[in-house]
Amino acid sequence: MKKYLHTLFIISLIFVAACSRKPGPASALKPTAFGAALVESSGGKQIGATGMVLPYPLVVQVNDEQGAAVPGGALVEFSGPADVSFNPPSGLTDSSGQVTTNVALGGMAGRYQLTAHTSTKARKPVELKVEEIALGYQQQVGSRLDDKYCSRCHNPESTAERVSNFDNLEVKPHPLTEGETLNKMSDADLTAIISHGGPALNKSPLMPPYGYTLNKTEIEALIAYIRLISDPPYHASGMVYAHN
Amino acid sequence: MRSSKNALSSLWQTLFGSPVRAFGVVSLLLLISLAIAPAKNHFSEWRHYQKQYLSLIRTRGDAITLQRHFHDGIQQIWLPQLGVVDRCTTCHVGLKEASLADVSTQPFRLHPVIPHTSDQFGCVMCHRGQGAATTVEEAHSSTLAWEQPILPARYTQSSCGQCHRVDLMGTPQLNTGRNLLSRYGCVHCHTIKLADGTAIKPTDDPPSLEHIADKTTREWIYAWLKDPQAYAVTATMPNFKLSDPDARDISAFLISKSTPIAGDTEPVSKEQKTPDPAAGASLYGESFCASCHAVQNAAGNVVGGDVGPELTRIGNKAKPEWLQAWLRNPRVYDPGTAMPHYRFTDQQVSLLTGFLGNKTDSDLLANVHLDAATPEQIAHGKVLAAEYGCASCHEISGIKKPDNFAPELTRIGSKALTQIVFLPDMQHTLPDYISAKIRQPRSFGSALKMPQYTFAPAQVDALTTELLSLTDRAHDLPLSLTVPTQPPSHYQPAGKAGQLMADLACFSCHAINGRGSDMAPDLTWEGSSVQRPWLQAFLKNPGTLRPALIRRMPRFNLSDTDVAELTDYIMTVYQTPAFDRDSMPSSGYPPAQVEQGKQLFYSKYACQSCHIIDTKVDKGYIGPSLTQVGSRLNAAWMYHWLKAPQTLRPGTIEPNRNMNDEDARALTAFLTTLKGSTKREAKK
Repeated sequence: MKKYLHTLFIISLIFVAACSRKPGPASALKPTAFGAALVESSGGKQIGATGMVLPYPLVVQVNDEQGAAVPGGALVEFSGPADVSFNPPSGLTDSSGQVTTNVALGGMAGRYQLTAHTSTKARKPVELKVEEIALGYQQQVGSRLDDKYCSRCHNPESTAERVSNFDNLEVKPHPLTEGETLNKMSDADLTAIISHGGPALNKSPLMPPYGYTLNKTEIEALIAYIRLISDPPYHASGMVYAHN
Repeated sequence: MRSSKNALSSLWQTLFGSPVRAFGVVSLLLLISLAIAPAKNHFSEWRHYQKQYLSLIRTRGDAITLQRHFHDGIQQIWLPQLGVVDRCTTCHVGLKEASLADVSTQPFRLHPVIPHTSDQFGCVMCHRGQGAATTVEEAHSSTLAWEQPILPARYTQSSCGQCHRVDLMGTPQLNTGRNLLSRYGCVHCHTIKLADGTAIKPTDDPPSLEHIADKTTREWIYAWLKDPQAYAVTATMPNFKLSDPDARDISAFLISKSTPIAGDTEPVSKEQKTPDPAAGASLYGESFCASCHAVQNAAGNVVGGDVGPELTRIGNKAKPEWLQAWLRNPRVYDPGTAMPHYRFTDQQVSLLTGFLGNKTDSDLLANVHLDAATPEQIAHGKVLAAEYGCASCHEISGIKKPDNFAPELTRIGSKALTQIVFLPDMQHTLPDYISAKIRQPRSFGSALKMPQYTFAPAQVDALTTELLSLTDRAHDLPLSLTVPTQPPSHYQPAGKAGQLMADLACFSCHAINGRGSDMAPDLTWEGSSVQRPWLQAFLKNPGTLRPALIRRMPRFNLSDTDVAELTDYIMTVYQTPAFDRDSMPSSGYPPAQVEQGKQLFYSKYACQSCHIIDTKVDKGYIGPSLTQVGSRLNAAWMYHWLKAPQTLRPGTIEPNRNMNDEDARALTAFLTTLKGSTKREAKK
């Protein structure tokens, strides 16, 4: 009987060894300081492209109870939907209390909710949620069309290459990110106003018709883009990609 | 031991003791073994996903429709002419179901909107991977039998580039990569042939070094060779990581081979030594130098165009004598330069020479001290220049341009992983290899010659995307599927006007008949568009047409004969066959029609949102100012432009209003009356 026990023991040992979980990616970083709050320094609400690294890194800051930065040693970890990657995925705060990471968004167009985590001295978790936008093929086309035809009037900001016409217009156009107005308009309304101009919806003729300049696919792309960059978000623009 | 032997023999007795028993047992075993295949099928991964999908759609509102679209079993897209056998849709069942837009779990997501369908092209054409596989592992990852894993999403645009050689609106990363490949001159050393047999051409224009000693000093060459970006952050010349003696010897060699050009050594005038900085700066501004040349400002931002080199520290580089000769006529030093021959007066030349000569950085050459070159150093410099392939980009006396200096990259996007030596700690995939090679070429071996570029991470990704598009498939596709680039236009205007246009480098900003740049308006049909007196006056003294633009036409100090020559040529040759420019009168329309046009301008068509006709009332800053359009444009051009702007200038942003004939005629009648204030014209 004892012999059987031996064999059984060896077999179970092999079994246990085979089934043992792979060692998880244990964070090599050990926090030496703790904060009470996480704030975003920069890099939120960016418009990037599917699968690609965002134009600017995401920078978050760890603050203590008094709202002062916690320099050196507070651990911040980043997480997001499965196909979002962070480089680095975690880090200790630098001399100004900040942690910087480069974010590559997932393969689907949409809004991505990212989370930065840290913990207080009492091991209470602290979270900060940040949203980023990934344009897909269709929205990229829309973005280029916006650049060429729309933004000169609809974007009040001037750049070095392009002076905005917004202030010159008697009836101010709605910025295309203005969700409060545009979210109430259906796709059919937007198609009508783009194709036939402002008067199609009893609005200003300063908005010219583009139905003979842009084709159907282009107008659809433009609307897909407008829906995705809308702030507050357009509820039907697909989902917010949070944790899967 | 004995007891176990006994147990075995009793087991044997129980199972095979009698023929009937043995037959029963063997039958049972046979039955079990026959059941293995169906069981494997039953418990297969794809069946698991299909079951999961069915339970996912069961609770949805349109469950019946979705169920009707669903077909169980292995699905396959078979496109023999493309070599596509894709079974991806076996698990990715919801690709075409628009109502699944809110599903985020794979493999059930809706495919994003793209211009193609999977029935046309399958899946692996764009995503790579093993299409015929029916397990996730085999389909997505590289295996011993299949080394092509799924392409990471960040490089997906490369797949568009296999067929589309023209820039697409939806593939900005690929377009950037292509631009970089030509602009950074990668193709000087690496040959890249396309499916149509043509080779990718570089768009940078590395200067000839045959007269380099006229232009700059040996100290500057040394500093430049050591670190080009220390001189100009936007420099496209890469860093060859040369040792001090190597940089010393190459600079010695280049200076020794340089031959002088008459005029480059003419001493500079006295005024230049005490330049008037304000007058120089304003001439620099008026001449719109910044349209092509950038300067780094105090905040570190590089402001200006990227057609010509950055001028932040030009005073460190260019000798004043050379600068003076260059500003007089750049075509003497470099006949093919993109820089126009400005026809500056002597005073203007000395103002600009003084202004640019003051753009220096005292630190740049502070620590460069070179002794006179020895013959050995010069000889060694020549060996180095040949070894590093300097002549692949630059013309150098004494060294022939090498052929195929670096490996050909025609099919780099399909390079077999077995041929690649990966670095330790590196993922064994082609995209990782290519991007690592671009990022840090010498990390693959310190003896490698490929220099270090200063690309931002996004630029590395863009270049990798373009290189990944150069696949076997791109070459083997049926030609009917490819969208090749437009063949380059070699249009050359004829005669004296043609020589003038080359001298003024019109094509550096304007395009005509497919040749040239898109910085300024296309002039292919300029002769039909504008009126002769306006063109003449404009060439003599270009006014502001688009007040919101930073880049404008510079003034070239043209002589009356030159202006007449250009005007004649443009008015005669650049006419559209679509209509006769004199087919409508330039004035004399009935007042009622003019008034109707004015009404239409302000109310129905609201042209004032983009155009100004009355500077007191209108503010539209997008299109050209129309205050003098009646003396600028031909009536027939206005009429046809109003009816269909894109047919006259493809890609123009003026929307096509689908205007009826009556409205177009009335607006034309109105616009012809806008002659501007003639008094102010006369004053100018």
